[in-house]
This record gives sequence, structure tokens and C-alpha cells, in this order.
Amino acid sequence: MVDPVLASRLQFALTTIVHIIFPVVSMGLAPFLVYFTYKDIRSDDPVYEQLRRFWTKIFAVSFVVGTVTGIVLEFEFGTNFAAFSAFAGELFGGPLAIEGMMAFMLEATFLGVFVFGRERVGDKLYFVSSVAVGLGTWLSAVWILVANSWMQTPRGYELAREGGQTIVHLSDPIAAYANPRFPWMFVHMQNAAVESVALLMSGIAAYYVFRHHVWGYPVEHPRFWQKTLKIALVVLLITAPFQVIHGDAYGRHVAETQPQKFAAMEAVWETDSYVPEYIVAFPTSVDQLLDPRAKELFGIGIPGGASWLASGGDPNAEIRGLNSFETEAPPVAIVFWAFRAMVGLGFWFVLLAFWAGYRWRTGDLYEDGLLHKALMGSSLLGILAVELGWIVTEVGRQPWVVQGVLKTSEGVSPGLTGSEATLTLAGFAAVYLGLLSLYTYVITRIVRAGPPGGDELRTPEPRDATDGAEVAVDD
Amino acid sequence: MTEPFLAGGPLFGLPLPELWFALLFAILGTFLFLDGFDFGAGVLFGLREGDEDRETILAAIGPFWDGNEVWLVVFGGALFAAFPTVYAALFSRHYLLMFAILGALILRGLAPEMYEQRHDDAWQRWWGRSFVAGSALSPFLLGAFVGNWVAGAGRSLTLSGVVVGATVVALAVVSGVAFLRVKARGALREEIRTYGEGAVVAYLVGVVASLGVLSLAADRVADAVATLPVLALVVASVALAAGYVAALRADRDHLALAASAAMTYGLVAVVALLLYPGIDPAGGHTVDSAIISTLPLNLMSVGAAILLPLVASYFVVLYSAFSGPAEPTEGY
Repeated sequence: MVDPVLASRLQFALTTIVHIIFPVVSMGLAPFLVYFTYKDIRSDDPVYEQLRRFWTKIFAVSFVVGTVTGIVLEFEFGTNFAAFSAFAGELFGGPLAIEGMMAFMLEATFLGVFVFGRERVGDKLYFVSSVAVGLGTWLSAVWILVANSWMQTPRGYELAREGGQTIVHLSDPIAAYANPRFPWMFVHMQNAAVESVALLMSGIAAYYVFRHHVWGYPVEHPRFWQKTLKIALVVLLITAPFQVIHGDAYGRHVAETQPQKFAAMEAVWETDSYVPEYIVAFPTSVDQLLDPRAKELFGIGIPGGASWLASGGDPNAEIRGLNSFETEAPPVAIVFWAFRAMVGLGFWFVLLAFWAGYRWRTGDLYEDGLLHKALMGSSLLGILAVELGWIVTEVGRQPWVVQGVLKTSEGVSPGLTGSEATLTLAGFAAVYLGLLSLYTYVITRIVRAGPPGGDELRTPEPRDATDGAEVAVDD
Repeated sequence: MTEPFLAGGPLFGLPLPELWFALLFAILGTFLFLDGFDFGAGVLFGLREGDEDRETILAAIGPFWDGNEVWLVVFGGALFAAFPTVYAALFSRHYLLMFAILGALILRGLAPEMYEQRHDDAWQRWWGRSFVAGSALSPFLLGAFVGNWVAGAGRSLTLSGVVVGATVVALAVVSGVAFLRVKARGALREEIRTYGEGAVVAYLVGVVASLGVLSLAADRVADAVATLPVLALVVASVALAAGYVAALRADRDHLALAASAAMTYGLVAVVALLLYPGIDPAGGHTVDSAIISTLPLNLMSVGAAILLPLVASYFVVLYSAFSGPAEPTEGY
């Protein structure tokens, strides 16, 4: 039997890790869908209708799975973290309620129009519904991150005793909700979502382009896949470098506001200056395998690098070590390695984007088989990088659920028994694994079937040839 | 923002705790009506064999169910925001029941999407069954949750829960029949009327049985049942049920749907009356003791006053875009 605190934490970790995949796909696809819809309405080229319909299918499936897994998260605050919910509800519940009313409603209602309504509503309303769906997905992220950023850097509250319990009172809504962490999280998350979808898209498209151009197999709708590849690569070229630049500045913000998390990211135990940035670091003793940089380490590092990153340019800057904090350190190995893997992937995406951009320029984008293989292999790595980033964020702030205010162990439901928590943990492990395989299966089927073609597309309105008036098209 | 405006006292001197209590049940009623007809349609899906009927049922709820289900999320969010201690106490007390509800909702949400993904028999049989199971279990378990809540019962499934759960399933079928009569044509539309008539009788029996069982479970409930507003609502339900049957027989399907909506809000109003002035009897919380402090309450009230009319307008757009009968072939 697992202890209820550990079981609740594992369950929340599992449900979040699986859930985040679907919002990433929805948020990342949203701007693409708005663009495809706009072009589908404004141009005569049927490829845009194919693009809209193909990616809408993937969006719709992701949205459904995202909805069912997301309701679970909202309810888990009450079921497993009742003490946290009662303690911080006054600040934390509001953003969740507003998210439901402002964002989720917008997304869910207009998705009905967007998915089923092409033949039923006019072009204008149809376009508006694509924007509304996209806006809904992005506003969801706003409110979820407003709530989360408050947990990372809490302010605008007072502690009060009520009914024998200490609870949080909202005292300054602007300080609490216009939280300094929020813009960092939001920009980093949204850019990551778009980047992840660009990687997914280019990986899928590369598969078909590879089969067609490198292997010479006949592929249905080759132009659709070429177009998909190019659109995805344009977006990758913008988002990949931006993510690295933004990530660097975000890291400095974390160093300033959550020094314990930053120390865990760098595995710095003793306060020191001129701290190197380790690319890899291992303990020499097997007992401390889970503790990178513990004592006698083997590592490859850039001298002064971590200090340089933390301070924004001073290699001699001091970094506060984990041993100087009163609370126990977060699981250092997880944070340390997740951070390195995320950053490594971020650089790989930049490289990939430049490589593809270079091939595009030299005119052999469709012929470079190695590039196609690299793109195919990287299609899911964007989502992996998002997962790793969230692991750094959430594991890195342990043992706190609200940084410096409430510990995670104090947030778990008081009456929860180990057997109940274990039972639901096992149930969710099975259900979520099933959901994930089902989702993968369905998406694979959609990708294999390819875009609609020929008869399935709308037949364009016959033009009045004698009139001679040109209908304005922009492509 | 100056202190006195939002932190000084209740907005415009309104009784905000009571308003939020009422709003919470209005949201619950909206969910129970809108997703209720989805659930009912899902149950009817299990009673119809033909492929065309089944596709029509799926096409009828397809554009709506996502939006309908979000009302549950809004209910959870509003409860969390306005009465966090009640949210925490209720959800953690009914721990396993909550997870059963989540499981049923996952099945319910996933099944129709999956059903449409492949068109071979084995696949559709499996997802068809899942859809029916999810559609019947979701309202049953939600009803069981409400039954336990009102009775002030603990974590397990109680008699009150089972009876209220069955009542909510019957109500879902009542709404589902009316909704499908609006959306379908031909044999499907004609043949489901008898299900509606059976369900509405089952519903009335269920309401009476629920009030009886709940009264036995707690004296507090027995006292509340004997009050005028509750008795008036029960009498109104009987009248609405008669009106519902008459409307079905006269082919006034929209009227029947409206009657089922009124019955749903009536049921939820009864639940609210049985609880008030308490909000979580088992935890000893009352509306006034569990409400959040003035400043966030005022903020939330301003937010809800702006957003809820906006949300209503989305539903007007959605339902008018898809008014009229559904075609079995409608899809992406």
C-alpha cells in the first residue's frame, strides 16, 4: 500500500503529464487552423480546404481527449488535495472558475460550429468560429497559468485563522494575478506549443515527402504534404530560436525568484561563486547515483557558466546552494536531468530549423533524405520538451505546493486513506495508458488516411465567364 | 483600485453568498438539462438498432455535447471559487464516487468520437456499448453524488444515492426523447415517444421515492420536505410531466423539451431548498460560513456578471447554427 501523500502526488503527476499533451496540440494547432480557414475561404486553391479539414480532425480528437482528461485535473484538487483547496481556494479557485466561463466555454461552443458547421453557417461566422476556438485555447492557458504562477511566486495574500485552520485571504488582486512569473510562463508555454505542433507537422509531412521524392513511391496528394512541410518549417524557423532566447531570460527570472529551484536545476549544494555550467555531471559513488554533482563528481562543465546564466553575464556571481535552505531539497536528479534534456532539445530544434531552412534555400528541401529522417525522428520531441519543462517547473518547486507558504505534504486531503489513493492511482494508470494508446492509434489512422481529396472536397461555385469580373484571391 | 470599492462590503449591498448559492444551482441545473439530453440520447442510442438511427442520434448531439459538458466544469470551478471549503470537503469525502463519475464521463466523452473513427462492426459495437454505458452511468453517479450530498452521507454508495441516481437517469431520458424528437424525422421520431412517456412516469415515481428515502436518512431533510416551496415544486413537476406527455402527443416537441427543462430546474431547486441554509450538511458548513471573503467574492461576482451573459450568447449562436433536423451524414 502506498502512502496517500505519495500516491496523490504520483496520480497528479501522471494525470498532468498525460493531459498536457492534448492542450499542447490544441494550442499549437489553433493559429494554423485560423490561417488555413482564412485561406480556405479566400483562395480557390483546394489545398487549403484539405489542410483545414485534415488538421481539424486531429484538433477535434485532441480536444475531446483533452476535455475528458482536464475535468479529472479540476476535480483532483478537491479529491486528493482538499487541504490545499481549502487553504488556497480563495486565490486559486477564482482563476479556474474564470477559465471555465471565459475560455473553455468559448472553445467548446465554437468548436461545434467549427467542426460541424462548414455547410451550415456563412464564411464570416465560420472564420469567426475558428478564431473563437483558437482564442479559447489560448485564454485557457492564460487562466491556468495565472493560477500556477501564483503558486510559483505567491503574493497579494494574507494568512488568516478561520475555524481552526490557517487559510489564505486575497488582499491585493493585482499583485496576486498580475504575477511577475505569469508572462514568462505564458510566452514560454505558448511558443513551445506552436513549436511542438510545427515539429509534429513537419515530421508527418517529411514522411510523405520522403516516400515520394527520395524513394520515388507514388503518394496521394504530394502537393498537400509539400505545402504542409513548408508551412511547418516557416513556423519552426520563427519559434525555435525564439524559445532558446526566451528560455535563457526565463532562467534568470527563476534564479532571482526561486533560488532553490535554480540550485536544483544546476545541482549546486554549497553556496559558491564562479559556478560552472555542467553539460553532464555524475557522482562517483554509486550510493549517490540519484544525486548529480554530489561530492566527488565527474562532469564536463563550462567554467563560470551557471553563474553567468544566473546573473545575465557575470561569471563570478554567487549562486545560493541547496544546503543553505531550511527545507529539504527537491529531487535534484530529476530536475537537473530534465532541465538539461529540455535545453538540449531546444538547441537541436534550432539546428533542425536552420538545416531545413538552408536546404530550402539551396532548392533540395524535398531531396535531402537525412533531413527528412531527422524531422520524422523529431516529430514528438517538441511535446517531450514541454513535458520536461513542466517537470523542471513542478518538481523543482518541491517540497512546496505554494512556494514558501504551503508544503505539498500539507495539501493532501486529510481523510484520504492509502488504499483509496492506491486504488485510484492504479485505475488512472490503466485508464490513462489506454487513453494514450487509443489517441496514438486514432491519430496514426488519420495520418495514414491522409487529407480528403477529389470528390470529397466542395465543388467550387462555377464562375460567370462572360462577366469578366475577377474574384479577388490572394494566392 | 481603491480599497472601499471591492473590499469594503458586499457589492451594491447584495446578498452575495445567497446569490452564489443560487447561481451554483442554476449552473448545475443548466448542466443537468443540456448534458442531460445528451445522456438521454446516449441511452436511446442503446435502444435503437439501425445504423441510420444511430448515426442520426450522434449527428444530433455532435455539435453540442462539448459545450454542454463544460457546464459541469463551470459548476466545479464556481464551487471551488465561491465555497472552497465545501468543494474540498465534498469532493474528498466522496473520493471513490468522484472517480467513478470521472470514469463514466471519460467513457461518455470518448465513445462517440471513437465510434465515428472506424466503420467496422466489432469496433462500432464496442464503442456503441461504451457510449450507452457512459451515458447511463454518468447521470446515475452524478445523481448518487447529489443524493449523498443532501443526505449528508459519507463516502460509499447509499440507498439515497441509488434512488436519486435512478431518478436522474429517468429525467435524462425524458429530456433526451424531447431533444431527439426535435432533431430527428421519420420512424425514429415516432417510435421514441413511448420511451419518453415511460421515463416521465418513472421520473415522478423517482422524485417521490427520493424525497421519502432522503427524509428517512435525515430529519433535517424530512422537515424541509414538508415546507410549502418544496411541496409546490413537487406538484408543479406533476403538472409539467402531464404537459410533457400532452406536448409529445400533440407533436409540439419544442414545448416538450421546454417542459423537461423546467422539470430539471425544478428538481435542482428542490435540492437547493433541502440544503439551505446549509450547503454541506455532513461537514457542518452553511452558505454564510463557507463563503469566501468580501474582496474575492466581489471580484468573482463582477466576472460572472460579465461572462455568463456572454456565454449565453455563444449558446444562442451554436444552437441557431444547428437548428432544424440533423442528417445522419453530417460530420467533419
